[in-house]
Amino acid sequence: MSLVSMITFILAGAVTAGTPLLFATLGEIITEKVGQLNLGVEGMMLIGAVIGFGAALSTGNPVIGMIAGMIAGAGGALIFAFLTITLRANQIVSGLSLTIFGTGFSSFLGQKMIGQALSDSIRNSFKPMKIPLLGDIPVIGSAFFHQNILVYAGYVAAVLMGLYMYKTRIGLNMRTVGENPGAADTAGINVTMYKYLHILLGGALSGIAGAYMSMVTVPSWQEGVTGGRGWIAVALVIFVTWNPYKAMLGSYFFGGLSILGLYLQSHVPIPQSIFDMLPYLVTIIVLIMISIKKSKENQPPKALGEPYFREER
Amino acid sequence: MKNEVYIKIDNLTKTFGPVVANNNVCLEVKKGEIHALLGENGSGKSTLMNMLSGIYTPDSGSIYIKGKQVTFKTPKDSMAMGIGMIHQHFKLVEVLSAKDNIIAGQKESFFIGNKQLSQKIKNISEKYGLAVDINKKVYNMSVGEKQTVEILKVIYRGAEILILDEPTAVLTPQETEGLFNILKKMKQSGCSVIIITHKLNEVMEISDRITVLRKGETVGTVNKEDTSAAELTNLMVGKAVDLSINRVENNNNKTILDIKNLTVVDEENVKALDAISFSLSTGEILGVAGVAGSGQKELCEAIAGLYPIASGSIEYKGENIVGKNPRDIIKMGISMSFIPEDRLGMGLVASMGMVDNLILKEYQNQKGVFIEKKTARNLAEKLINKLEISTPGINHPVRQLSGGNIQKVLLGREIESNPDLLITAYPVRGLDINASYTIYDLLNEQKEKGVGILYIGEDLDVLIELCDKIMVVCNGRITGIAEASKITKEQLGLMMAGEHMEKVMGVGM
Repeated sequence: MSLVSMITFILAGAVTAGTPLLFATLGEIITEKVGQLNLGVEGMMLIGAVIGFGAALSTGNPVIGMIAGMIAGAGGALIFAFLTITLRANQIVSGLSLTIFGTGFSSFLGQKMIGQALSDSIRNSFKPMKIPLLGDIPVIGSAFFHQNILVYAGYVAAVLMGLYMYKTRIGLNMRTVGENPGAADTAGINVTMYKYLHILLGGALSGIAGAYMSMVTVPSWQEGVTGGRGWIAVALVIFVTWNPYKAMLGSYFFGGLSILGLYLQSHVPIPQSIFDMLPYLVTIIVLIMISIKKSKENQPPKALGEPYFREER
Repeated sequence: MKNEVYIKIDNLTKTFGPVVANNNVCLEVKKGEIHALLGENGSGKSTLMNMLSGIYTPDSGSIYIKGKQVTFKTPKDSMAMGIGMIHQHFKLVEVLSAKDNIIAGQKESFFIGNKQLSQKIKNISEKYGLAVDINKKVYNMSVGEKQTVEILKVIYRGAEILILDEPTAVLTPQETEGLFNILKKMKQSGCSVIIITHKLNEVMEISDRITVLRKGETVGTVNKEDTSAAELTNLMVGKAVDLSINRVENNNNKTILDIKNLTVVDEENVKALDAISFSLSTGEILGVAGVAGSGQKELCEAIAGLYPIASGSIEYKGENIVGKNPRDIIKMGISMSFIPEDRLGMGLVASMGMVDNLILKEYQNQKGVFIEKKTARNLAEKLINKLEISTPGINHPVRQLSGGNIQKVLLGREIESNPDLLITAYPVRGLDINASYTIYDLLNEQKEKGVGILYIGEDLDVLIELCDKIMVVCNGRITGIAEASKITKEQLGLMMAGEHMEKVMGVGM
């Protein structure tokens, strides 16, 4: 294999493997930006994965599968939202419970589907498609613009979210809620509604991430199909400092690490588990760097993890 | 036109559990007036204003705006009626620019980048003389600038009635003057202003009418022309209070603390204290004045052994204590009490009762495995009687006490350890007149016993009356140390802003 084709191979693999990470990371960014720390990403991904796979399997329709996964993820997030916003329960505990619940839920529903594979027509609908012109650029073209439709959806989602957060008025309101809910409330922003909607949106994105794992990456059902990617997403949010544009880079970088591991395994005697460890190691390094640098801009939302109650004294 | 009633509050009642915060409170504010709201801690001023701005919902009673009855369910409803509140703790997002803070929550254009918005803000700031760089991030702003942004924000949102909750607590005299000019301009253009404050001289300077609250009830409304500071105090407290602070003379002076070229560096590698030198004698109160964050906190912590020292020496009774750990320093007789802005952040454990908090500082000196509580229990009872601390019980969590009582517990504990050097920062922060005077008396009592006191304060009038000398700090440097009897508030204000004493005294004389 020539060097160019090797780089192309790794880049393309990084993007494919990074896409579920991207969706989950975007979902967690938007959740944390309204001040809610949802550690249930892994759980919501598993719920999305099993419902999406089941729906696609029984209807034979990939679109229905994706939408079902998305709604299921949002459903998981609704549990978290109700607990932490309406009942003001502890966010860490609620998020962890959601992960445990999602894991159990997916193995329960998935029991009878173990080993079953999706039909060829569904698999074909996630075949790579080349984008005219852009796809003809050497290396970059085949790595980034010769991909399946969900990869493209990931690009669009990240850019749209960036525009939404930084350029629009509702995006500004949303950031205000996460930074200082009291300020948002006195400015006439409906804090509860903003929190609910963004948590649900975050859950839907996690659901897509899960469904991507069960329907595209591994198009047959296996237990624990997400393989801890939900946790990587939580770490990625910090790595990319709550920025959706950087989320693309971060996700593909972490995706690349896993591909690199697979690729190098056959050439160098380094165990795969070392590479599995890398994302977390990198995250720890980033955490250290953030706390040393103390930049005011790259800090977590001020009110992250704190419940808001207007009449609190 | 001038006498048109803008706001009428009729028999409002609000309870928090068993506590009645407001009991049938009435208030009337006219168009184009500055109305001061006076009262001690816990008299219900903030509760009343929070109901007017839609944060709390009243249990009973009614609010009329321009003669129309209104019910506020959210702050949004209140804003729609032209009420804008500036809270004691600013409601601003630090990482956003002034402009973003101002336009958040408004229903205007979909995108936020357009120029018209900036122009609209500029027009308002010119009209009322609110000078601020709208693209500056809030975290880069001084307290005065943040307040300007808050005012700009509520006017931008269409406020015609401005409520300010203790707006001058954190400002220098010059900044306060600037604020009052803005308020006067607003009044001239027909807006109404309600101002909550503890400072009687400010009330007499700025307001047209004054309403006094006591224990959640309205005592009455008076015209400024018809009243005096003494009468207002009388109304607030319910009895006549002697407003002068005695300066106790003490001639038994020998140096107890001598600081030379003390420099400390903060986390961002900025010099929080830059080569400061001063000395303090027994039986002396040395006041420290300065804008919040000028190095006061670092100074207290450096002496108490809590802050790393870059260079310089701290000599206590002739011995250099730099490098000693906090416990040894406490044992040597240095005691520090720092009341932070949130009052609970340092010194006491909020969820513990008085007894446990009193034990915190002395349990290491006890023998054996188990803690002996009896002494602390007796001490708690003693403090309650002596300082008139009101608490449901000595084991009741201190968090649930009012601010004044919490501060009495903290200061009481420090004094009971019989220190030779007492460092106290903002001991009367947010306290009402009665509680403040109890604290001043306590400090004077210690002074008579020959304790050296470093008093970090906010209220310049009090500093001048209470202290022997006043040291002014600005950006970690000393701009001058003056005899308290020979300096004026204005001169202190200039020094707080960075002018050196020689220059200030030259101008002032």
